[in-house]
This record gives sequence, structure tokens and C-alpha cells, in this order.
Amino acid sequence: MKILVAIKRVIDFKVSVRLKQDQSEIETNNVKMSMNPFDEIAVEEALRIKEKGLATDVIVVSIGSDACQETLRTALAMGADRAYLVRTSLTMPPLELAKILKKIAEQESPSLIMLGKQAIDSDDNQVGQMLAGLLNWPQGTFVSQLVFHETGIRVTREVDGGLETLSLKLPAVVTTDLRLNEPRYMTLPNIVQSKRKPLTLIEAETLVTCLEPRVKVLSVALSKQDRRKVRVEHVADLVQCLQQAGYL
Amino acid sequence: MTVLLIVEHDCRTIKQATYHAMTAAAQFNQAVDLLIIGKDCHTVAAMGSTLPGISKVLVADHACYEHQLPENCSVLIANLAKNYEVVLAAATTFGKNILPRVAALLDKAMLSDVIKIISPDTFVRPIYAGNVLQTVQLLESIKILTIRATAFQAVTLGESPVATMSTIDQPIQNTLSQFESVHETQSVRPELTTARVVVSGGRGLKSAEHFKMVESLADCLKGAVGASRAVVDAEWVPNDYQVGQTGKIVAPDLYIAVGISGAIQHLAGMKESKLIIAINSDPDAPIFQASDYYIVGDLFKILPELIAALQKVV
Repeated sequence: MKILVAIKRVIDFKVSVRLKQDQSEIETNNVKMSMNPFDEIAVEEALRIKEKGLATDVIVVSIGSDACQETLRTALAMGADRAYLVRTSLTMPPLELAKILKKIAEQESPSLIMLGKQAIDSDDNQVGQMLAGLLNWPQGTFVSQLVFHETGIRVTREVDGGLETLSLKLPAVVTTDLRLNEPRYMTLPNIVQSKRKPLTLIEAETLVTCLEPRVKVLSVALSKQDRRKVRVEHVADLVQCLQQAGYL
Repeated sequence: MTVLLIVEHDCRTIKQATYHAMTAAAQFNQAVDLLIIGKDCHTVAAMGSTLPGISKVLVADHACYEHQLPENCSVLIANLAKNYEVVLAAATTFGKNILPRVAALLDKAMLSDVIKIISPDTFVRPIYAGNVLQTVQLLESIKILTIRATAFQAVTLGESPVATMSTIDQPIQNTLSQFESVHETQSVRPELTTARVVVSGGRGLKSAEHFKMVESLADCLKGAVGASRAVVDAEWVPNDYQVGQTGKIVAPDLYIAVGISGAIQHLAGMKESKLIIAINSDPDAPIFQASDYYIVGDLFKILPELIAALQKVV
């Protein structure tokens, strides 16, 4: 059984983003980049499934520029077996990403495709659901627990009112939430070894025809924060603030 | 051509987020139809029909839709969406689970978490945990959007039905997934995303036992209780308490952050609150930069004092 994991290279979650000087887009030059934290959880879960003997191969795929190879190597160093880079210089919207992943899935026939529930840059939260729709596979989104049973998997989803448990037939698409696991650190021998693991390069144009983008970004702006930032010394002052604001 | 709003409900009542999405739906200045999918959901349909501005209520009531799973619901929505120009749902875990799948079936790009409708094809949405606002034009014949509830006022239910009912008799079986169980968090407090007051606690409280002070403070102000990721990870509170980029987005009139340092991921979930008060022992906590009033000091002294003071005046 194969598991395919899709990973995205994003600005590191600790970096506070800024715009380019001409305000046209987000500055990514000389900014620390990392694997999307949710995708790291997806990689970790796939590896744990393999370590339990329930999967044979963990294949990672990333879509983007050559720089994504670094992110793929991180996944390989964590323990993934091989990698695909689908190379493109375009910023692809979620639907195009899902179409590319569908093509890879058709080549590899995995039983499970795992992705982070959302990328922390575009915050779309769409690709996994779209991919499941395109493949007509069941989907388990925002998953905080995953177990195998005789006919498929049982997933626990973090939903607004609490937790929901579903049973999914395989093959399935699972998107991961924060509490599924805690990703491992890479060890030096694994980092060295990862350099010898296969990484296949595919040009995006060979998989999908990129028509005119149907989502056009007109502008970006940093959101403003106008707060008073008044330091009060005593609890009594705080109570007074609350009274003045009409909460008491 | 009209707007289709997917109603979120539990077969008994309409979820609050839908009332907010309704305001967004009305901004297209076109007729708005509601779609209610479920099993034995006639009460919900009756409620929906009194919403001001609704023209038709479509009801797909069938055993196969009982748990509103995306595998078959998305097919039904995609079938119906072909008659509409706009398809909306609130950006909750329900809307986010289903609408992207619908969009894929229709081969349409969609937008998540819309916070402003500038024109029928131009929208504003937050990216990078709300640190950046993106204005985008959606060049699709059907605009599929999830709406961030906190960015739009809620409509209120009317007294009597204004809309006509229409039964959708299209049962689509789901052979891919099966509902097993749901564990709902029980709370006597107001719902987090719609509460007027939210009091959230963070790692600074040091233990689940101490976190109870946050709950007492919330109760003094008749507010909801929220939490930072660290507190949820430590299992002091259930997962649906989490406020932040990937948790709940809240925008109450008053937000009190107790022992929360203020990582950007947390700020993303609460920075649209009207008044923000922060209590933290670390004088350099970033949360202070995002607050209106703040107090630096020992939580274990400040909180009991504050609770006692509030109990006197409330």
C-alpha cells in the first residue's frame, strides 16, 4: 500500500510577512521558508502508518519552483521513500493543484493521499477536498486521529461543535489537523541518506494545461492594527475600563 | 439568476453562522434561495422560510443526507448550483468541508473566507493568518464562496414565512463514507464565535486547574471561553475552544486574553474584536501590542482580584 503526501513550501510560520517595496506582492526573497506545518503532520502520520507495517511506500510531492526540492528533501530526511517535484513558476490556485495531484495519483495508485488541512500562506483550505471530489474518493478533513480497520480507515475530525468520527473506504483523501501528531526531527544520518533518495522532476505543463488564471489578485495590503495599547497598573483600573465601555 | 445559500443546521435549528452568511448573500442584490440538506429537517426549512429576503427554500430531506457528508451532498449541490450565479456557505468546518468539493465537481475556482464583497466578482479575503488582505477578482460563471461570519452582521428570523418551499427529490447514496459518532462539547456558556464577550486563556495559566479562573472570569461577564493552541494541545480544554488562524475566528465586543503571549496565529483569530484586554506576566508579550488595555503582573494575583471585583459590581 502506498501513501502519497502533498507538501507545500511556505514562509516559515514564525516570520512576520511584509510586502515588496512596490506593494505588489508578498516579499519572499531572503525570507526563511519551511514546510507548511500541517503538511509536516501529514508526512509524520504517513511515516507512522508505514512504521506500523500498514504501508510500503511514502511518496511526497510538491508543486512549485526548484526551491521546493529543499522541502522535499526535508520530507525524505524525515523518512519518506521518494519524491516528485512538479515544477512551475506560476502560483497555482487550489483547483489546478488538485488536478496535478490527481495526475500523480493516477500514476502511483496510492491507497491514501494525505495533505495538511490548509497552507498557512494562502489559507485556502481547499486542495484536499477538491482532490477528493475530482477522484470521487471519500474525504476526511481536519483529522486529529486516524486508525485502520478491516475495510478502510476511521478518522476523527475536529469540527466546530466538537469531534466527529467517520469511517472511510480506501482509497481516501485525508487532511490533517494540528493534534494528529507531533512531527519528528530529522537526524543527521537521515539527512545524509535523503540525498540519495529518488526525486523525480516533472514539468507542470505536461500534466495540466494552465489556462488564464480564473482568480486574479488585484491588490494586497497589510492589515492595520490600531490599538490603544494603554498599560493599566491596577485591577481597579481595569474594572473601570470595563465599566466605561459598558460591560458592567 | 440567483444566489444559493447552503444552510448549516443540525436538523433542529439553523446555525448562527448561516445568518451572517445571509447578509453577505443579500449584498449581491439578487434573489436568494436557501438549500437545506438533511433528514427530518422540516423545522429548519420552516425557520429558513421566514428569513427576510429569501425567495425560495429548497429542501432535500432524505435518509441518505442525515449526516450531511460531503461525498453525496457535494454532488447534489453541484447539480443545483448550475442554475445559480453565486453559491455561498459560511466559512465554518461544515462549509469548508463541502464547498471546495462542489467547486471541483463544477470545475470552478472558489474563494475561502471572504470578508468583504466589493462588487459581484471582486472580494477581499485574509491570507497569511490575516496579516495580509487580498483583493481578488473571481472570473467564473458561478462564484463559489465561503463567508467569514464575523465580517458580516447576522440577519434575524422573521415572524412568518416569506419564501416558497420546494422539495428536491434527488436522493444520492453515499457508498464511500459512513458516519460513526459525534462528540459534542457541552457548554452552558454562549457559543464562542457569536458571544459578545470572550475570555481566553493561554499557557501562562500553567495548569488545567488554574484555567478554571478563566472560566470564572468569563462567567462574571456572561462570556464564552476560548483558548490558545498550547492549552488545547495540553488537553486542558476541548479542541473547539481554540481561537486562531486554524481554529475559531472570533470578533466579540470584548476579548480578554489571559496568559496568552500573542503568537500571530492566535492574533489571527481575535484581532477584529472591538475591545481587547490582555493580562500577562511577561512585559514583552506581543499580545500587548494588539490590545487596547493591558496589565502586566502575576496572573494568580490579578485574576482572583479581578473576579472578586467583578462579582461585586455585576
